[in-house]
Amino acid sequence: MRAAASTSTPAAPAPGAASVAPAADAPVALAVTGLSIRFGGLTAVQDMTFEVREGEVLSLIGPNGAGKTSAFNAITGYLQASSGEIVYRGVSLRGLKPNQIAAHGVVRTFQKTSVFGGLTVLDNVLVGLHRRARQHPLAIMLGLPSIRRDEVRLREAAWEVLRLIGLEARAGETAVSLPYGELRLLEVAVALAAEPTLLLLDEPAAGMNPAETGAFMALLGRIRARGVTVLLVEHDMKMVMGVSDRIVCLNQGRIIADGPPAAIQRDPQVIRAYLGERYVRAQG
Amino acid sequence: MNRAASLAFVVLLVSLPLWMDNLYFLHVLIVAGIFIVAAMSLNLLLGFTGQLSLGHVAFFGIGAYASSLCSLGFEIHVWGDTTVSLAPKPVWLSMLIAIVVAGLCGYMIGKISFKVRGAYFVIVSVSFAEVTRLVALNWIELTQGPMALNNIPVLKLWAPGIGSIDIIGKVPNYYLVLAVAIFTYVIIRRLVYSQAGRAMIALRENEPLATSVGIDVTRFLVLATVVSAALAGLAGAVYAHYVRIVDPDVFLFIYTVTMVIMVVTGGKGTLAGPIVGGLIFGILPEVLRGFQVIPEVQWVVYGVLMILIVYFLPEGIVPAVRAAWRRRLDRPGAPPTRPAVAAEAKP
Repeated sequence: MRAAASTSTPAAPAPGAASVAPAADAPVALAVTGLSIRFGGLTAVQDMTFEVREGEVLSLIGPNGAGKTSAFNAITGYLQASSGEIVYRGVSLRGLKPNQIAAHGVVRTFQKTSVFGGLTVLDNVLVGLHRRARQHPLAIMLGLPSIRRDEVRLREAAWEVLRLIGLEARAGETAVSLPYGELRLLEVAVALAAEPTLLLLDEPAAGMNPAETGAFMALLGRIRARGVTVLLVEHDMKMVMGVSDRIVCLNQGRIIADGPPAAIQRDPQVIRAYLGERYVRAQG
Repeated sequence: MNRAASLAFVVLLVSLPLWMDNLYFLHVLIVAGIFIVAAMSLNLLLGFTGQLSLGHVAFFGIGAYASSLCSLGFEIHVWGDTTVSLAPKPVWLSMLIAIVVAGLCGYMIGKISFKVRGAYFVIVSVSFAEVTRLVALNWIELTQGPMALNNIPVLKLWAPGIGSIDIIGKVPNYYLVLAVAIFTYVIIRRLVYSQAGRAMIALRENEPLATSVGIDVTRFLVLATVVSAALAGLAGAVYAHYVRIVDPDVFLFIYTVTMVIMVVTGGKGTLAGPIVGGLIFGILPEVLRGFQVIPEVQWVVYGVLMILIVYFLPEGIVPAVRAAWRRRLDRPGAPPTRPAVAAEAKP
């Protein structure tokens, strides 16, 4: 909390967010084509098509129930798409299990706060580093020195992630004892530890106070500065408008608009479905 | 502090036969020790991956039967005149085979658990234990059924300088069990403090999150089940060559329950938990018998103690003691430091 408040002023856009914006012709990282998700008779997502370019921050917005989280779950393998294609860097992700998708560099966070509650902050990050571990079970049971070296290496990597997130002072504390804002930072730390090239954040700022949101926007800037592509689902419009290169707006399972923040703010369909007249007037 | 305490504990256990000449008590410790090894192996599954295997005794019994049958040799009719036979093998080799057979059964159960978790895993494991018991009871040609396997040979070890030793009687078996227990503890400790152990704990704490960072849940669940089953099989093999008679009763459900009680009261998910729980519930019945308590009352005391522990220390004894110890250190002016503080404050 203290760290969050001192890092940044609430309303400022993320430092670095605009300066490293990718060229419009950056290669396509994630291509979602004709994605539909149906639960029995209910269509959660219908014929969704969008692209995320390498290095950009793309936000998915839309009213509750618009299908944002369902799309997230389909991309990361937690939900089977009824039809459509999901291709990341030339590899089809459809039908893969979540851990296989993570192995391709696509890592997500969850809408509902999700950490390893009983573990310390450091151990949470160490679990996240799983993909970087080089430990064969037989070598572990034989107690080979390579395991000890690997543990030292992982610990160094974990501290590096904690420093990036700003949680190093909490390393020894049990995750459940953290205040809410830091808990959400820890989720991102766990995801970042898995070395994503595409990071999917599901409402990371939900429930954060303005100071925490501001600190989070600054963190997003540091994440993208490392070359990580970000797909964001978020309701906090200050944050969405501040950090996104492009915004895709969903309503009732369909895409109703796709463009840069300035265009989305003026789009009459988006205003009707989601932002509301009052928001536009407030923005002046 | 912790290290010194565990070293003192091991020294106490190693020196015990030197000053303890009560052979009956040594027998109690040997049986308790074998159960502690089984409980430690169960703890790897129940405590660290969070999967309750209520058929854990199956691996113990499979280990006991596999090792006995290999050391005795057997001949069975498959169909018609075709027979399969095995000449008696040395006991050390039989015990290794028992570990492998139990591990393979663990692999099978682990693969099934890929599909089923929680309550369904409990049912699969209970059914598996019951099936193995029925096989042991009814496949008389192989297992002698209720007539039991008798005259099981004892383990022979060879040591440089001393020559060949028979592990027979209380003191050699006591040391064998102690060595097996330390071996089991070391294997489990190494696993728990590695990335594999963290993956297992992550699976217990939050499975969707664990898979989202690339952990192959099935792989680590299977690994835990195989290691757990192999160690339980080792405990069963040691048991078989100690009591030298094995009947289908080794598969009784009550033994699984005993292991679960040891793990849960001691503290599941802690390395020392099964040892503490195992010492209490392995020795308690004998202590009660020493007080000339009738068997029914023994079981009532056993049950009441278990309920009290679970009710007042739901996490188990080891985590509770650890938390109390930490509070004691954290509180300024706590009993150990009070004299010093008082002396300072006086002038």
